[in-house]
Amino acid sequence: MPKIDEYITSAGPSAIEELKIIASRLKGKTILNVNSTAVGGGVAEILSRMLPMMTELGIKPRWELIKGGEDFYAVTKKFHNALHGTYQKLTDADFQLYRDILKANMESLNLDADVALIHDPQPAGLIDKKPAGAKWVWRCHIDLSNRQADVWNFLHGYVSRYDAAVISAPSFSQELPIKQFQVPPSIDPLADKNKELTDAEIKAIMARLNIPTDKPLITQVSRFDRLKDPLGVIEAFKKIQPYVTARLLLVGGSADDDPEGSQVLAEVRAAAEGASDIIVICLPPTSNIEINAIQRASTIILQKSLKEGFGLTVSEALWKGKPVIAGAVGGIPLQITHKYSGILTRTIEGSAYWMKRLLHEPAYAKKLGENGREHVRENFLLTRHLRDYLLLALYLESGRQDFIHL
Amino acid sequence: MKIKIVEPFRFRTRLTLTEVTGRKAFNIAELLEGIKAADDAVIYHHTHRFIKQSHHLVPEGANDFAYWVTNTVQADRLGEELTSIDIVQYHSLADIREAFVKMLERHISENSDPMRIVAPGREFHFMRAIRFSLPTEGAAGDYAGFIECLRNVSVSSLYLHVFEARLRPPYGVDDFSHWFKINFNDEIIGKEISRLDPYSYTLESLRQRIIRIIEHRLAEVSRA
Repeated sequence: MPKIDEYITSAGPSAIEELKIIASRLKGKTILNVNSTAVGGGVAEILSRMLPMMTELGIKPRWELIKGGEDFYAVTKKFHNALHGTYQKLTDADFQLYRDILKANMESLNLDADVALIHDPQPAGLIDKKPAGAKWVWRCHIDLSNRQADVWNFLHGYVSRYDAAVISAPSFSQELPIKQFQVPPSIDPLADKNKELTDAEIKAIMARLNIPTDKPLITQVSRFDRLKDPLGVIEAFKKIQPYVTARLLLVGGSADDDPEGSQVLAEVRAAAEGASDIIVICLPPTSNIEINAIQRASTIILQKSLKEGFGLTVSEALWKGKPVIAGAVGGIPLQITHKYSGILTRTIEGSAYWMKRLLHEPAYAKKLGENGREHVRENFLLTRHLRDYLLLALYLESGRQDFIHL
Repeated sequence: MKIKIVEPFRFRTRLTLTEVTGRKAFNIAELLEGIKAADDAVIYHHTHRFIKQSHHLVPEGANDFAYWVTNTVQADRLGEELTSIDIVQYHSLADIREAFVKMLERHISENSDPMRIVAPGREFHFMRAIRFSLPTEGAAGDYAGFIECLRNVSVSSLYLHVFEARLRPPYGVDDFSHWFKINFNDEIIGKEISRLDPYSYTLESLRQRIIRIIEHRLAEVSRA
């Protein structure tokens, strides 16, 4: 894992100095994280990189995993989908199973800590065993804006007993008797997906993937999902083809284990059929460095989502200093200020217009890319994410004042 | 000119944690009611965050209220008026709130047309800033040392000392000008800094401007 000072190049010296100052006020404090998985998924990915940084800063991080069988995860999967707005049928037995599994975990987990971050619905019920004097935060990574009432009402009974809740975007907030804080997710600038690459490395990867770079590339990287509107992207590109010299590149997963994904991929391939400047490629899920190189080799990056959670892929693209055209949905407007740090669109026609315009105005496109990268540097890097957690811990430990003088 | 230093200038920095209040506005009347009910932490978040967060962007003399009214409600005239509220000229957050309230009340009284209601998802969210003031390693005892620190401090520190300082005693004066005046009886630096319009510079270019002002004064002081 990278050392904290290695982040100076990407986050800037002040950001690292600030982290050290804040951490010095939390020296020796134990910060516990509880979630449901140690590998896979955004939460585990962030924790695995953030916790070593906490240790280096003199804080004592701990990480506990909630344990449950397949039936428990089937129920919490239903919770997850219901909170995201996809209707799920839940029975009394489902809720009782949740209570029983949480009770068993309370007996086995070590929940001793000064501050605890309890991630998402799976471990939320652990609040029943919160130690006296500890400060507990429910960290919700899910967009709750379309949540299903019965599941939320059930969780509300637990969440309202926490000291605070943390959400990723203001639109995810709910009526709660506790304070809610906004802590957006982040990208790790030193991870394979985002780290700096030399021109030679980029060239070699593009050659290995057989992606020609003789024309400007307009790229969308996302799974083949209707909500990412890959067919709309192709339609938009076809509208501008008579006026521009460029290629459209759609990069996604293989979708082998996803029947709907396979169907969308087939439709995308059919739509691209016969169009020599439209390339569709599937990469395995571990292709982080390849995605990095593709984004860096692109002239414009698209994320034409119709619905999105936070849409952190936008920050990944902006970090490469590229002009990004993205759907104005979910957390994307927090990452892009229209016409300053990228372009927000709502229609196929709008996407086409801006693709053409950015290709024809490279100086403006460059400025958007530069602004976007600075916006990410300031707001969406792992170091800012850690800083927010530490500030929250300080806030809870310092008597919850609106103004804290250190 | 005095040469004895009373107290070195210790650079501090400002960090904030964002609290989501849950209060929303879907039209201009709701925005007005929300601003009326807002405490200092809310006003601070929506007026001060914008300049700091957008410091790398093309400078835009705005605040969250003006940005939402212009870009989402698309009430261009009102948006322009709200943009014109020069927040650094006020000496308290209460005065800033009052300025927004007056402008919105006037707009509502002068416009009887039905108000535009924005679509769900495009509403204004009222937030609060929990403010943290932190020491940094930067400390200066003379002009040259001050310039050196200024080159290295974060833009958050610059913002805290130049703009936010005006909201606390001595009101309307930035920390840098105050320090040079108290310790070196130098009022020229204050005069020059007070002429800098934050809406005409990014924080980075503002840093360069202030460095140039102090470098210029250092040359004059050395000659004297």
